[in-house]
Amino acid sequence: MKVAKQTFKFFVVACMFFMSNLAIAETPNNDGGQVDTKKEVEEYILHHIQDSHDFSLYSYTNDAGERKHVGFPLPVILWGSNGLTTFMSSEFHHNDDGHVIVEKNGSKFTKIHSKIYELDAGASKVAFDETHHATNAHKVLDFSITKSAFGILVIGLLMLLWFSRLARQYKTKKIPTGFARVLEPLVLYVRDEIARPNIGEKHYRRFTGYLLTVFFFIWLLNLLGLTPLGFNVTGQLAVTACLAIFTLIIYTVSGNKDYWMHILWMPGVPVLIRPVLAIIELAGALVIKPFSLLVRLFANISAGHIVVMSLIAIMFTLKESLGVVGATGLSLVLSFFITLIEVLVAFLQAYIFTMLSALFIGMAVAEHEHH
Amino acid sequence: MDKLLNDFSPGLFVVSTILLLGLIFLMVKFAWKPILNSLNEREEGIQSALDAAESAKLEMQNLQADNANLLKEARAERESMLKEARELKNKMIEDAKTEAQTQANTMIEQAQAAIDSEKKAAMAELKSHVAGLSVDIAEKVVRQELSNKDKQLALVESLLGEAKLN
Repeated sequence: MKVAKQTFKFFVVACMFFMSNLAIAETPNNDGGQVDTKKEVEEYILHHIQDSHDFSLYSYTNDAGERKHVGFPLPVILWGSNGLTTFMSSEFHHNDDGHVIVEKNGSKFTKIHSKIYELDAGASKVAFDETHHATNAHKVLDFSITKSAFGILVIGLLMLLWFSRLARQYKTKKIPTGFARVLEPLVLYVRDEIARPNIGEKHYRRFTGYLLTVFFFIWLLNLLGLTPLGFNVTGQLAVTACLAIFTLIIYTVSGNKDYWMHILWMPGVPVLIRPVLAIIELAGALVIKPFSLLVRLFANISAGHIVVMSLIAIMFTLKESLGVVGATGLSLVLSFFITLIEVLVAFLQAYIFTMLSALFIGMAVAEHEHH
Repeated sequence: MDKLLNDFSPGLFVVSTILLLGLIFLMVKFAWKPILNSLNEREEGIQSALDAAESAKLEMQNLQADNANLLKEARAERESMLKEARELKNKMIEDAKTEAQTQANTMIEQAQAAIDSEKKAAMAELKSHVAGLSVDIAEKVVRQELSNKDKQLALVESLLGEAKLN
């Protein structure tokens, strides 16, 4: 009986995963709606891993032949040639190839491939060259609450809600109950397995707050990326770069004398080699370390999304050679297992990012024994 | 690479930096600090409780050792008290015995002395009695002598025999 129950649960979870992926698959690319050929699939996937200016769950074509979008618009905040401009993303009417022009605050804005452009003065229509680049429009600073920023807000609020509740529970009881009881071992895990061993007993307390925030931030956003909502926050270079730069700033600011000594004037090697080593060490500390952090997270999460969606696309691309049932079955089986792996990767990448951040901080604050 | 750079959105970078900064600040203030403090407190509490239990155990052991010592001492004391009592008892018995012995001895001596004096008195009485008898016999003999010589001799003979019996 218990086995049957568990199997049922497993089945439900599996279904949810498939639903999630299918829902992503149905998000509109442009207004076209249909995703059938390899090229369309490719474009569609590349579109998905980009950020978007509105939150859409899915779209469909109704009987009258109109595209309907289910979702809600998000605020667009721009800094163009006429200063700050804000409006809702619904004004673009889901157009993504520069055909809808929004006139606000004396400037004309349009959206091409998820980027907002401002038309040059005097132009009223976007002109494209043969490589499909706009010739009479330029990018503007776009501080919009995009789908990714919205995801960050949602996860941030969730984290605040969950963990401040956990914090409040300690006032009345020694051992938390309910959902907070699940969170406590995770907090302890990050503190005891990531922060403490890598930074050392003396300094770990100062950095644990940052490491905990980053760990749960990345993990929850990675998991959010696996839900049917179609977020890809940790697959945005801007977000991972922001995280990596935070780590860079923290270990650069808190680095002690020994740390800088070992970077700039390495003791124990011939004097002539020291400047060369200094250049290598500086490049390592200021460029390579944060770059490896940001690229690892970005690449793993983006690759995961691309692989899952490509496997789902098997049901279109292999329809002719395997038949509808064969292609769908193969796609379901493969994408199911890859999705399970992605759940693992979601945790693993959060762990690795936090772990390496702790390691870099630990190297910067370590106290060397002088021989 | 070109595509990557094209995908990089400076706006999102700024927005996420601001959001992340705010999040770190709020989380540290409202979540991590109280949580970590409570966890530390709890761990210290557990540690001190363990230490207290350990010291209580030691104390208990000491107490038990003390108790054992006390018991041992009490037992030794009882032993010595019993021994003393036994000795006392023996001594008392001994004393009583010697007392009784001496008393008995004196009583025997007294009795002997009494017996002796009685005996002497009896002897004296006997002697006087015998003297009386002898005088009587002599009187009778003298009277018989006067009548019959043979009879006088027989009488003396019989009187002497009587005297022996006495």
